[in-house]
Amino acid sequence: MTGSFWHRLDLTARRSTPAALTVLLVLINALPLHVPGMARVVPVLPLMAIYHWAVFRPELMPTYVVFLIGVLHDALWGTPLGVSALVFLAIQGAVAAQRRFLAGKTFTIVWLGFVLVAAGAAVLAWILVSLFHFAIVDARAALVQYLMTVGTFPLISGVFLRWQRSLLQTE
Amino acid sequence: MKNSPRAISRITQPLKNFAQRFAYVGLVVAAFGLMMLGKVDALLVERFRAQVTDAVAPILDALSRPIATVTEFIEQGQELVALREENTRLRGEVVRLLQWQTVARQLDAENQLLRGMLNYVPDPEASYISARVIADTGGAFVHSLILNAGVRDGVRKGQAAVTGEGLVGRIAGVGTRSSRLLLITDLNSRIPVLVEPARTRAILAGDNSDRPRLIHLPQGATVSPGDRVVTSGHGGVFPAGLPIGVVAAVSDSGIAVKPFVERNKIEYVRVIDFGLTGILENPPSARPDTPAGRANGGRARTGWP
Repeated sequence: MTGSFWHRLDLTARRSTPAALTVLLVLINALPLHVPGMARVVPVLPLMAIYHWAVFRPELMPTYVVFLIGVLHDALWGTPLGVSALVFLAIQGAVAAQRRFLAGKTFTIVWLGFVLVAAGAAVLAWILVSLFHFAIVDARAALVQYLMTVGTFPLISGVFLRWQRSLLQTE
Repeated sequence: MKNSPRAISRITQPLKNFAQRFAYVGLVVAAFGLMMLGKVDALLVERFRAQVTDAVAPILDALSRPIATVTEFIEQGQELVALREENTRLRGEVVRLLQWQTVARQLDAENQLLRGMLNYVPDPEASYISARVIADTGGAFVHSLILNAGVRDGVRKGQAAVTGEGLVGRIAGVGTRSSRLLLITDLNSRIPVLVEPARTRAILAGDNSDRPRLIHLPQGATVSPGDRVVTSGHGGVFPAGLPIGVVAAVSDSGIAVKPFVERNKIEYVRVIDFGLTGILENPPSARPDTPAGRANGGRARTGWP
């Protein structure tokens, strides 16, 4: 059943919300918070979004969208263009490979999965940035940033889960 | 042979998987390609970055306003609590500064007199462009801010940005209505400075920590904690004498400088239009992201009128 034009438009709109929300997170991530020391260790919000949708609804986050969001993130943050794109793609690839394990598991397991995946992402980002500058970049801030990201995950993921239930389940 | 949907999907599914995997690998290669491009043609990437920033600048501008309001509100509350102490401290400060004012007036008069005697050529008049910080970006690897002023407001690449406390950084990229400000703590920041009181020349190099370091000091120069660090104006990019910070620690690992400006407190900056292009536009082959880095040699004041 394909339904009427309006039905399909509604469906498309609903299905594009994960990507739109992730773009919004990229923008929110750049806002000045005026909290001492926060700017260096602010949690990487789109990272959580990419992971979340890759685990729960991979069909709503096509690979090219992940790539484009990564490029936007790089352009805005000032990181070498391509670094975040690569990191986000790596997350999606890693989750896709372990999807059978993650599917239908409790939230704690999904969170633990994120703890591992985000660690890999942080190390990958650090290696890429260091390679780009031909210098060993200070990794302490990256470590704190990783902890912040992992700590904030339940919050963001919780919001997304609700969103998923209310808006995407009615298809 | 009957073309049942299952038979079709049995054929198309592997093809689809293959196409997906191919797209994935292709995008990974593209990401690597972008990184290479950033190395090879930094200007192109910079222009792209400026365009993207320009496109989202109005959204960032709108989103950052409520946060600024909340911050202001909290700050006002904190100020109210500390009002008495602040008042006592300021009274003491006023007495101290009045003495300094007398000294400054005397020196100014003397300076005018001496300048007249020496036919001194004064520095060009600087004009200022005020801009609001609409994004604080970069996380662990980059230290930069995005401002809501661009080419149309007169902001140019390489200009210095200051607050009341001192130097914040330098404009690293400009769009039409937004610009990217590279902080002095960023890995790519190299600024020619003078360390007072001996006016020792050095380069202030950011290393992505809160405390940039002094490098390339002349042989035998001594620097001690508490010494003020100001821009030297060498290289003709920054005006001379902008305060940057004080030497915080001298150790084997280097000389750390504590900047006067606290990153989280920056809400507005003033971009200084000094009428100088300096070394930034002279050698087109120079690496655009570290213009001041090669400025310490004898080629001072290249672009001065």
